[in-house]
Amino acid sequence: MTAPRRRSRRARRVREALLGYALVAPALVVFGVFVFYPFAKNIWLGLYRTPPFPGLPKRYAAFDQYERVLTSPEFRNSLRTTVVFVVATVPTGIILGLLMAMLAHQRLRGITIYRTIFSSTVATSIAVASVIFFTLLNPQVGLLTYWLGRQGEPSLLDDPRWALWAVSGVTIWQNLGLSFILMSAGLQGVPDDLLEAAEVDGAGAWSRLRNVVMPLLSPTIFFATIVGSILAFQAFGQIDLLTQGGPLKKTNVLVYAMYDAVFRQNNEGKAAVLSVALFAITLVLTLIQLRLLERRVTYER
Amino acid sequence: MRTVLRYLVLTALAAVVLFPIYITVVNSLLTPGQIAGRPPTLFPTHPQWHTYSTAWSQGHLGRYLLNSFLVTIVIVVGQVVTSIAAAYAFAFLEFPFRRTIFVLFLATMMVPFEITFFTNQATVVQLGWYDTYLALTVPFLATGFGAFLIRQSFLAMPGPLRDAAELDGAGHWRFMTKVAVPLARPSIAALAVFSFFGAFNQYLWPLIVTKDERLRTVQIGLRYLRSTQVDQINVTFAGTVLAALPLFVLLLLFQKHLVRGLTAGAVKG
Repeated sequence: MTAPRRRSRRARRVREALLGYALVAPALVVFGVFVFYPFAKNIWLGLYRTPPFPGLPKRYAAFDQYERVLTSPEFRNSLRTTVVFVVATVPTGIILGLLMAMLAHQRLRGITIYRTIFSSTVATSIAVASVIFFTLLNPQVGLLTYWLGRQGEPSLLDDPRWALWAVSGVTIWQNLGLSFILMSAGLQGVPDDLLEAAEVDGAGAWSRLRNVVMPLLSPTIFFATIVGSILAFQAFGQIDLLTQGGPLKKTNVLVYAMYDAVFRQNNEGKAAVLSVALFAITLVLTLIQLRLLERRVTYER
Repeated sequence: MRTVLRYLVLTALAAVVLFPIYITVVNSLLTPGQIAGRPPTLFPTHPQWHTYSTAWSQGHLGRYLLNSFLVTIVIVVGQVVTSIAAAYAFAFLEFPFRRTIFVLFLATMMVPFEITFFTNQATVVQLGWYDTYLALTVPFLATGFGAFLIRQSFLAMPGPLRDAAELDGAGHWRFMTKVAVPLARPSIAALAVFSFFGAFNQYLWPLIVTKDERLRTVQIGLRYLRSTQVDQINVTFAGTVLAALPLFVLLLLFQKHLVRGLTAGAVKG
């Protein structure tokens, strides 16, 4: 009596396990081939010097190459450029998004139209945004060139002093929609009477905003800062479309430097080292995020 | 008085946000001469609609948009299906190494594609997938974030529901399609929106795995449209508008879902 039942229970467990594996298998295969394998391969590639001419054997260099690339002035320039780009784009985007979200949170007639307008840049891809500004900054016919009184001068994008700021500006604009949406979602969690109290004009409005509303919004802001920074460290499209890393490598951010190393300099080893560096940065930012998340959870308890 | 001030601030900000889009639309309807003319023309009195047909046919925007939609739809459907499947296994099934495998799924979120793109490009070349739709889609058919998101909403389901279904004799397939998936619909919609945006806006990957013009997606099409030739600059503007239009329409139609999807998506690390 009991033996067949036990056997059938076991058969059911085996069947359940097989079903489980079958359901996770497709995703696991994709991850194996396109996430874990290339990740491991990158670390390994970093140990080998890429030969100057294709076809020659790779030379094992142990951590020599890591050291050489990571201490090179070129890497330092890329890292500095990327950090400046992150610092220029992320906080500005968040502050502007927050400002728009606070303004659009009011009960006013027609406010939905403003909300739609404020979210609108979420519909522009980085390529769309870049091409729009590339044309607006055209040295001959660009409208911004004209308004900035720079006609007859090289485009802002070709000016070593301005290129990175121009690229940052385009990025901020493109991210405004997403920033607005995130901050609005955060504001939904703040009780209305608190917000209204902070809105009352006159003395105390600012301090109420800072002391009452901000703490409630701080999880959203922290979170947007970290995620925004991770994404900004991965910037590529706007660089490729606007400046190709130039002028004078002033916009040669990490991912563009990787692309350049592989597809122009034929130097996979160097790109691999850069990719490991970018991974380390992503990892640190993610760990900070997890730490904050943990703290938030304990606060709530 | 304060209301007026508020409207003024709101309108000023709206103008700043909208200006680049507005001027792109206006310039797409001007002649190159008008675009170069000073002072600038800020309203098209004789709109040149033919720039759009030029961009569509000679600029091949039609083909590029079709490619983008094809690739995007395959990716969205693929991500939703693999995520539901994996999430179901994680939430409702018992099997050895379940936790370990789940951690692997989470770990994929730490390895953005910007880190592995060139190695993946080499893989794709080796597989003989260079310049194929396979290269544009297969690497994105699964997402750790999606599986995580849907698992959360499966787990939020009341336990008695699951037990009732089992008592009822409903198999896993029926339970998944009739109970679990319908209840997780908000999360699934959020994932779909998030992956739609991600897939449609991809830039780096299609750039390095295709060179055949017939496979070009619209984002890469923009790269080639971005000519410095002043005599075609209105066509560049028209092409930009065409490339951006689909997402604008989606934004207007599905604003609510979109906000959900993007805020859920941002939880990704």
